[in-house]
Amino acid sequence: MGHLRGGDLSGAARSPLPTMPHEIIVVGGGTGGTVLANRLADRLDAEIADGAVHVTLLSDDPQHVYKPVFLYVPFGEKTVADARRPLRDLVDDRIDVVVDRLTAVDTDEKRLTLRDRPDWTYDQLVLATGASLAPEEVPGLEAGAHHFYGPEGATALRDELATFTEGHLVLSVVGVPHMCPAAPVEFVLMVDDWLRERGRREDVDLTYTYPIQRAHGLQPVADWASAQFEQRDIALETFVNVETVDPDAQTVETVEGAEFDYDLLVAIPPHAGSDVVAEAGLGEDGWVDVDKHTLEATAAEDVYAIGDVADVPTSKAGSVAHFEAGPVADRIASRARGETPTASYDGKTVCFLEAGTDAATFIEFGYGDEPTVRPASKMLHWAKLGYNESYWLTARGLL
Amino acid sequence: MSNTTYEPDETVDARGATCPGPLMDLIGKVKESDPGTVIELRTSDSGSKTDVPEWLDEAGHDLLGIEDAEEGSEWDIYVEVT
Repeated sequence: MGHLRGGDLSGAARSPLPTMPHEIIVVGGGTGGTVLANRLADRLDAEIADGAVHVTLLSDDPQHVYKPVFLYVPFGEKTVADARRPLRDLVDDRIDVVVDRLTAVDTDEKRLTLRDRPDWTYDQLVLATGASLAPEEVPGLEAGAHHFYGPEGATALRDELATFTEGHLVLSVVGVPHMCPAAPVEFVLMVDDWLRERGRREDVDLTYTYPIQRAHGLQPVADWASAQFEQRDIALETFVNVETVDPDAQTVETVEGAEFDYDLLVAIPPHAGSDVVAEAGLGEDGWVDVDKHTLEATAAEDVYAIGDVADVPTSKAGSVAHFEAGPVADRIASRARGETPTASYDGKTVCFLEAGTDAATFIEFGYGDEPTVRPASKMLHWAKLGYNESYWLTARGLL
Repeated sequence: MSNTTYEPDETVDARGATCPGPLMDLIGKVKESDPGTVIELRTSDSGSKTDVPEWLDEAGHDLLGIEDAEEGSEWDIYVEVT
């Protein structure tokens, strides 16, 4: 594997080494990176076969993790193992999968620095490095709150919930933006059902808090969630921006000057982008500044970002990464062939929303659209569970 | 920059972000600012014109003014941290 820069295939080569393959490097083995790599294998089948194009998927984890599974772990419906598959098994054989960590990007030299290997160069680069949790941004949050946004958190919450029989359970959305924007609403509706099914609900007060003046950033989801909360005696507290958590006193102080008590705090922690992105000058806060239709970085040529790390005005959801991967694969393939890319992403976002433990709804929208929340049904709940199973076909690029 | 009335100490450029992005960006800046700091929030989300004043009222900070920056598609909102 050379990772020496090649050029486009039009004859108007940008490289002094036209015999070297055109190097496409995708960084990140989550939904976006995996779907994209598989799409590239299809779009550039002939070029890869004759050695004109070489595609590498770089990930620091040999396992692919499907994070939506973690929502079900606290309720004992899924295990952490259900969320993992070997990345190599999900990626087309025409793609090189390399396990290493990207530590720096030089977009002028088109050079990548890796933790364990000599530098690579690229012709086209895709950053699909996702979002990470940053609970340390809020004093006391790490020690005082549970979460379900990772394997350890979801497992610890399962154990806590198993013995939680009475008291005040607070679901607090602390960090916005966060992955899977429907998940906090889903969790609180699921825990309501779960407690009722176990005869514990009468002894548990449930509260949901959100940082702005309504229950969700999307108005239709906020309206739907508020109605659900009212029907189920779930308290809704808005304009709650958590300043500090006192794990010993089990209290939370807010930026707005309020204070509340909890017995079990489930928080959506602050999220962070990537230091590599910020240090490369691709986005001040670690999210890559991109054109929202082409997903091309605004600060560098031949650099794309998809999934959670891309700063686009829609949700940080797996479906977004999935739907972004198609047009980006088309654009990259066009560029590799020396053609003018025309494919465009319209903001398509699809989210299933669990309304409890046996009913769900879903929303679908694009840039600037207001979604419609359909009535929840058992069928949509089964559809969501079915999709979670068939996700592994999605990652392979088959769905 | 359309402002001639206020002299911000800090500027939060949230243009291009949709709700709740601009308000959350402002809250983040307020959290790290000292009393007396004047913050300019640049936004292209029309909802900010109501979201931001409501939050300021809740949190006890001052709204200095809202100015049309780009013919009804961008606004500059001026806030003083108390």
